[in-house]
Amino acid sequence: MGDPRGFLRLERVGFQKRDPRERVHDYRQYFALPDDRTLRDQGGRCMDCGVPFCQEGCPLGNKIPDWNDLVYGDRWREALTHLHATNNFPEFTGLICPAPCESACVLDINDDPVTIEQIELAIVTRGFDEGWIVASPPASRSGHTVGVVGSGPAGLAVAAELNRHGHSVTVYERDEGPGGLLRFGVPDAKLEKWIIDRRVALLEEEGVAFEYGVDVGGDLSVAGLRERHDAVVMAIGSRVHRDLEVPGRDVAGVHFAMEYLYQRNRFVAREEGRFAPEPVPGEEIVAAGKRVVVVGGGDTGMDCISNALREGAEDVLLLDVYPPLPADGRPASTPWPLPPKRTPTTYALEEGGDRRFGTQVTRIVGENGRVLGVEGREVQGTSSRDVHAIPGSEFSERADLVLIAIGFSHPEHEGAVEQLGVDLDARGNLKAAVYETSRRGVFACGDARIGQSLVVTAIAEGRRCARVVDRFLGGPGETRNVPASALFAFEDGDPHSLRHQAETARTVTVGDAFWSGPREEG
Amino acid sequence: MAPPYGRAPRGLYDPTYEHDACGVAFVARLGAPASHEVISRALWALEHLEHRGAEGADPDTGDGAGILIQLPDEFLRAEAGVDLPELGRYGVAMCFLPRDVDACGEAERLLEQTVAAEGQHVLGWRDVPVDEEHCGVVAGAAAPRIRQLLVAAGDGVEDRDAFERKLYVIRRVVEKHDFPDLAIASFSSRTVVYKGMLTALQLSRYYPDLKDPRVSSRMALVHSRFSTNTFPSWELAHPYRMLAHNGEINTLRGNRNWHRARELTLASPLFGDDIEKIRGLLRDDISDSASLDGLMELLVLGGRSPAHAMSMLIPEAHQGRPELSREVRDFYAYHSSLIEPWDGPAAVAFTDGRVIGATLDRNGLRPGRWVVTRDGWVVLASETGVLKASDDQIVAKGRLRPGKLFLVDLERDRIVPDDEVKASLARRQPYGEWLHDRVVHIEDLPDKSPRVPRVEPLRAKQLAFGWTEEDLRVILEPMARDGAEPTGSMGNDVALASISDRRPPLFSYFKQLFAQVTNPAIDPIRESVVMSLAAVIGPEINLLDETPDHCHQLVIPQPILRSAQLEKLRQVDHSVFEARTIDMTWPAAEGEAGMERRLEEMCREASELVARGVNIIILSDRNLGPERAAMPSLLAVAAVHQHLVREGTRLQIGLLVETGEAREIHHIATLIGYGAAAVNPYVMLESLYALQRDGRLPDGVSPEEAVDRVIKAIGKGLLKILSKMGISTIRSYTGAQIFEAVGVRKDVIDRHFTGTPSRVEGIGLDAIAREALDRHARAYPAAVSELLPAGGLYAWRRRGEYHGWNPETIATLQHAARGEDGADSYRRFATYVNYVAVRNTAFRGLLRFRDDVERVPLDEVEPASEVVKRFKSGGMSLGALSPEAHETLAVGMNRLGGMSNTGEGGEDPARYGDERRSAIKQVASGRFGVTVSYLVNADELQIKVAQGAKPGEGGQLPGHKVDRYIAGLRHSTPGVGLISPPPHHDIYSIEDLKQLIYDLRCANPRARISVKLVSEVGVGTVAAGVAKANADHVVIAGHDGGTGAAPQASIHHAGIPWEIGLAETQQTLLRNDLRSRVLVEVDGQMRTGRDVAIGAILGADEFGFGTAPLIALGCVMMRVCHLNTCPVGVASQDPELRRRFDGQPEHVVNYMFMVADETRRIMAALGVRSIAELIGRTDLLVPDEGVDHWKARGIDLRPLLHVPEDVGDGPRHCVRRPEPVLYDSIDVDLLQRARPAIEDGKHVRLERRIENKNRAVGALLSGEIARRHGGNGLPEGSIEIRLQGSAGQSFGAWLAGGVTLLLEGDANDYTGKGMSGGTLVVSPSAETTFRAEDNVVVGNVVLYGATAGRAFFRGLAGERFAVRNSGVIAVVEGIGDHGCEYMTGGRVVVLGPTGLNFAAGMSGGIAYVFDVDGGFRSRCNTELVGFDEITPDEALELRGWIEEHAERTGSAVAERILAGWDAQLGRFVKVMPHDYKRALLELTQEEVPA
Repeated sequence: MGDPRGFLRLERVGFQKRDPRERVHDYRQYFALPDDRTLRDQGGRCMDCGVPFCQEGCPLGNKIPDWNDLVYGDRWREALTHLHATNNFPEFTGLICPAPCESACVLDINDDPVTIEQIELAIVTRGFDEGWIVASPPASRSGHTVGVVGSGPAGLAVAAELNRHGHSVTVYERDEGPGGLLRFGVPDAKLEKWIIDRRVALLEEEGVAFEYGVDVGGDLSVAGLRERHDAVVMAIGSRVHRDLEVPGRDVAGVHFAMEYLYQRNRFVAREEGRFAPEPVPGEEIVAAGKRVVVVGGGDTGMDCISNALREGAEDVLLLDVYPPLPADGRPASTPWPLPPKRTPTTYALEEGGDRRFGTQVTRIVGENGRVLGVEGREVQGTSSRDVHAIPGSEFSERADLVLIAIGFSHPEHEGAVEQLGVDLDARGNLKAAVYETSRRGVFACGDARIGQSLVVTAIAEGRRCARVVDRFLGGPGETRNVPASALFAFEDGDPHSLRHQAETARTVTVGDAFWSGPREEG
Repeated sequence: MAPPYGRAPRGLYDPTYEHDACGVAFVARLGAPASHEVISRALWALEHLEHRGAEGADPDTGDGAGILIQLPDEFLRAEAGVDLPELGRYGVAMCFLPRDVDACGEAERLLEQTVAAEGQHVLGWRDVPVDEEHCGVVAGAAAPRIRQLLVAAGDGVEDRDAFERKLYVIRRVVEKHDFPDLAIASFSSRTVVYKGMLTALQLSRYYPDLKDPRVSSRMALVHSRFSTNTFPSWELAHPYRMLAHNGEINTLRGNRNWHRARELTLASPLFGDDIEKIRGLLRDDISDSASLDGLMELLVLGGRSPAHAMSMLIPEAHQGRPELSREVRDFYAYHSSLIEPWDGPAAVAFTDGRVIGATLDRNGLRPGRWVVTRDGWVVLASETGVLKASDDQIVAKGRLRPGKLFLVDLERDRIVPDDEVKASLARRQPYGEWLHDRVVHIEDLPDKSPRVPRVEPLRAKQLAFGWTEEDLRVILEPMARDGAEPTGSMGNDVALASISDRRPPLFSYFKQLFAQVTNPAIDPIRESVVMSLAAVIGPEINLLDETPDHCHQLVIPQPILRSAQLEKLRQVDHSVFEARTIDMTWPAAEGEAGMERRLEEMCREASELVARGVNIIILSDRNLGPERAAMPSLLAVAAVHQHLVREGTRLQIGLLVETGEAREIHHIATLIGYGAAAVNPYVMLESLYALQRDGRLPDGVSPEEAVDRVIKAIGKGLLKILSKMGISTIRSYTGAQIFEAVGVRKDVIDRHFTGTPSRVEGIGLDAIAREALDRHARAYPAAVSELLPAGGLYAWRRRGEYHGWNPETIATLQHAARGEDGADSYRRFATYVNYVAVRNTAFRGLLRFRDDVERVPLDEVEPASEVVKRFKSGGMSLGALSPEAHETLAVGMNRLGGMSNTGEGGEDPARYGDERRSAIKQVASGRFGVTVSYLVNADELQIKVAQGAKPGEGGQLPGHKVDRYIAGLRHSTPGVGLISPPPHHDIYSIEDLKQLIYDLRCANPRARISVKLVSEVGVGTVAAGVAKANADHVVIAGHDGGTGAAPQASIHHAGIPWEIGLAETQQTLLRNDLRSRVLVEVDGQMRTGRDVAIGAILGADEFGFGTAPLIALGCVMMRVCHLNTCPVGVASQDPELRRRFDGQPEHVVNYMFMVADETRRIMAALGVRSIAELIGRTDLLVPDEGVDHWKARGIDLRPLLHVPEDVGDGPRHCVRRPEPVLYDSIDVDLLQRARPAIEDGKHVRLERRIENKNRAVGALLSGEIARRHGGNGLPEGSIEIRLQGSAGQSFGAWLAGGVTLLLEGDANDYTGKGMSGGTLVVSPSAETTFRAEDNVVVGNVVLYGATAGRAFFRGLAGERFAVRNSGVIAVVEGIGDHGCEYMTGGRVVVLGPTGLNFAAGMSGGIAYVFDVDGGFRSRCNTELVGFDEITPDEALELRGWIEEHAERTGSAVAERILAGWDAQLGRFVKVMPHDYKRALLELTQEEVPA
């Protein structure tokens, strides 16, 4: 560690955000990295902890103290090597990860955490700028082939890793381009889509094949897929929406957030000259000039606000079931080093719109089959499972468009999953304790296996799954000798560990904590 | 868990680890015939050393006493009942025979037949009368039948020496029969030994012979023994046949091994064919003293003089000692080619019947005082005051000096001075010439370009040898940067190697042993003058001869070879040496079995090479590659070494290792410890080039420079490792096997690591090979990553080694201690610790509680409030911890009813009276702030002999943590780092510990006295010794304890788990019937109630928690305690960081109560109602068959659960206090008489005579004064006590303000220990006629840890005068070596000669030395001090002290100096520590603006 007293000398300097009044008019990335000197100084705030909780907080186990120190020492290229050693796509996590590492940073106990995510982004940016990141195809091929279904972060990670071990990988994607929700859910303001294309191009150069517009279970039968490959990995995400079970849900103008985000991302793509299909006529979701009510206070809800404002919405209101966050941003239920289950502030609200905490939607009001507004009440409680209505707090709000952003429940079962006939767990996810499903040679990872989670978790899932698949295909020396479960003996420890909590944080969060449907009280 | 061999569980006690120490003395009479008076004076001396011996559970059974005298010819002629030939033609065997009549007859026949077979004549037997009344019950039950066999010389025996040899051969032949219960205490025509398991007082009563006036001698050697154990053994009493020994040979295992290897080459015309009958001399089951005696005898009977033999076996430090003559240095250098030193603290008195002498180890770690009188009496003893002689009869008084001989030649009737003895030895042969002609130096060999089998990329090699990123970042980089081994913090909580899944190197299975209590660690930094790294490589030949060829060996200054140097050796001209390489790699494709095959092949190859005349063998793993895996180099070295030792050819070759695996100092130490003469760690050195290329070395440091620094760092580190075992030279460390294996199977140990303790089985060769292959697979066929594995040993890392303190356990503990849902979080925490963390790291994770016992209801179990009374917090100093953290912890522990521990940094007196007071006050080697008021404000006084994180080393506090407050409490200098001495300078042996316990008890009779030890093999016997030394309490710490700062190697590689040490302690105490009188505490990563319950079951009454309560208070295991940057303010003195501390006493209280509650639940499930009931119930634990780990499967923990046979139903825990010991203190009387001063402020004057049995005079009185009047004591001069005689040890200890002790006579060691005020004056009696300034008046280690007061000594003092003085003003007339060592305050005036190494580690205070010979500056260690001008103000002050000295003592030297003051002032040298000067300057500068 270069500067043992760096954290005492320097304050945290985070991302440089653009002026909200300006950025709300375009779709470009809304923040930027500070200058080099600042970045190196910020690296020097890292304390090289005896127990780097950040590394535990990071689902990937990124070697955070190592690369912080290398950046501080101006040794960017080595930093990049260490960064890539645990993370295939640091440019994705550097941009959109909620950074559970930073909430676990020891400095977060009584100071501001190290700007870990920003340093991560800086390293990978530097790597691309300097031309250090180039394709490195495997030296030899194993002769085995693997089919990966889904090109979200989990699918991309499992493909990249297996390819590195010499296996020939084909990724099947039913949409028109790679990335899954990275591409269709996350707005460009946070992740410009050329960044995904850049990485995918490298993967292709390294030998990964991509087939877009192929719906496995539809266009391509599962039997056909298994025929083609020695192993199959299901990385299909968790795409079945959680719904708001309230009266009036079926009126027009009430949509799932993801439907809206898909359309907006395709719109931006077309604007930028990339191919993207137009929405089916009659199914366009337009926020321009409307009062938009978003139900659900997570990232998805925020992304809806961001898009709606850019589209020219008249006004936006976000209804969040939770009480406001304490001043220090850390609720009592998630003491350090746990990741807070909620986003303390978001970029979108800086650009406009309003958020109301502690509110529960009880009814959607429509007229002539079109939405007019929502009715709700104020609630108290720390978990969506024990909210209590505050008597007399009922309210109603006008709404022209209601977007439901309360998460997903499990992967789609129709099609591939049914055809495979794999076992599911109690929550409807693919059951694959050590990544292999109940069908030999069929593996699962990412949201499809654990329920919806973070991009960083998806990448970690993909990487671990790749080790299991690699071992299945013959694998390297050390892993052959141990049972698959032991591969992670030291990484995963106890399934009830804090790390597990961190990794599944958003599963719980988005699935439960942001749940805002009415619930019988009693 | 299936037992590996299904053998019956065996206990952990092993008699091999018994220790002893003692008092020794001899009396000789010059210029007078043999007399009985010699014997009676010797016995009188022995009785005055009684307090140095010990008794066991049966107070009448002594550990052993004995006497060696010349054959009493007149007496024997009268009593033998047979006609004796002339003196010199008959010999006497003193035989201990079996009690059983038949067996006795058989033994006697064996003796008689052997005598006859060897051509001598049996004259007859004499029954030695004994009085069984004077013998303890236990000793009596084991007493042998004692008879003397009289033997006449055969006709063929030419002279007396030949006869002595013949008697020796007979004895050896008999000994080899191993006849049960037969021992020959002596067998000589010159001497006879009377000894037994007796106390000093019993000896002459038991043997009426000794009181018979016809029994006469010109000399007598006596010894009183203090053994750690009291198992019946009459044979182990001293003297042996030629010597009596007060000390301990630390290198014993190596010395024995090397002797075994040497035996085949022994040849001597004096012995002829009889040499065959002698072989097998040093059996494993004989003690160190007996072994030393055996070798001494061999050398002397083989033709060397006793002085010559002694100088070979215990040579003085001779390297870098220009004051020794060239010839003497050559003599030592030459003999170092013949034999390695027998190293360790030792005062050895020896005799062959013609000369009698004594010597001291090179460190001077034992006392020896001598007196010579006008009428020819010479008395040498461990203490002064054992001679009955009037003061006016004394001609000279002196002391044994390190490495010097004190020799009385009875035939020539004179005392031969050391320099004369040495000079004559050095002139025996042209040793210098021989060395010049035959010794080979590496620099003299021609350079050669390498012939390396293959060139592999560095990264592949690093991966295949198991290197980690941490090895580079945490170990190698700091070594290359600082030239010193790196420091870490917070101890070791990682998995034991034997249950780690990270493929740790084999080195990690071997833990360094260290000295504790029975022998001291030594100080490689401050006392480097006695240390040596010089290694000797090459063949050795016949020990009984001396020729030029004996020194035809390669000598290197330190044992690390650069690659180019190794290459020179490999290709050396065959006329010089013939070197060959043996390949340590095997075909990876052959799998695990291939390694064992290769190992066998290597041994065969080595034998063949030896047979072909090769004399240097290089074991190399350079041949590592894709197809060839490297076996652990340690295994290869140990296997080849042991193979050749067994074969008897080991000494024909020098063994070198060329390995890429070694990367830590510990690795190199193990290679040397198992037989390698030198190591070439080539990947370690090559890695430095890569580091430089990557910009990871500081700017401007070239790779070559980095190599130099790393080699320097390894050298320092090796010295530290050997010194913690009390060993001074690498020469005697080589092959000494001073390690304990943890988790290695017995068959591997027995075959390849023969003699190494390994007590719980573990992995076999297959698993060792498996780990090697797995490491190999990281690199081949292809590396998966260009990065090395993270490592995770020194700091937790994902995918790194498992840590007991990890994010999960730390966070859940904090949530539990702090949260409202504490119980829930605690349950999570405990579950995770008990079933995940502990299983992955510690042996107790492999045990489970019985589940088939009847439960008791929870409410019948003693309440948590009772359980917590047994909880202590660990000894963590204020200094290491912030004041906030230290006080919060103390308040928390006090509120819950437990006890907190000050640690070694003292305590703010402001805390004495309230709940911030720590009930346990620690007394560590640095004695920081150990004042008499500190001592009286304690409920428990804990002597920290060792601590888990760095046993064998002192605590360290870096300078940036020593702010003004901390420095004030420690009586040291702000900003100056503090390293405590490795040993307590008043505990060099078990009898010293007994003395310190006595001293502390005097200071505070109400406190219980505790001794803290660290788990290692033999800790049980040490604990038994501690109990016998009258301690109330003993702590057994695990290897894994936390710490502020320590060298990484010590944190990780020294000490073993407490489970083993505690079980061994419990078993040993039970066997000795000592368990019921001592409390046992355990500590080391205690976290949960399960830990507590297992600790109790294995034998603990109390439980220490170190890290856990700190974590409750906010510690997050940053491991930066040594950097002062703790971000949560727990372990920092930085004001900004201290503000961040947010721990509350309640956090500690909550946590401890939850632990207690968990313990109660476990007790309920086990059907036990209290901790007291649980202690020792090993029947409630079983090995957990549910743990199915591939390595842990081989571990057998049943020995931990063993209960010794013959242990009745008596209590297995402490039920009573030790025997009172203070009733005999003269202070009881002094205190009574001083009451008017203490209570009414009157002046009191007292007078008394004292003798050396009166120890710690003044301490009890001082304690009472401090209790009544606080730290400052009484007004100056309130109590004045005039004493006459020889004072016992610790005279004036802890002396309180207001007391003046004036002694006329002399005093022993530790005078003025811990003085806290008052005035101490020692001067010879007015009747003496010798020159006071030339004679010794006080012993060694005077004013150790003194904090205030004044002291005046008219005469010389011994070694280590004023060590750790931090406030006393002292005047003395001359001192020995290491004066003012570690001093941090006070003033010392020396008016006469000084020894070597003055001012080592001195960081405060000032010394004024009158430079008598102009050579003082060269004898001063100027690392930390400079020589300064004496200002006029100072001159005035100095003159004042000298005037006071003259006035109080009548000093002639002082008078002379004062008489010519103006001229004499210029001869004073002022010794000023640099840092002290800076601090004083800062102080004045700060005062000016104000």
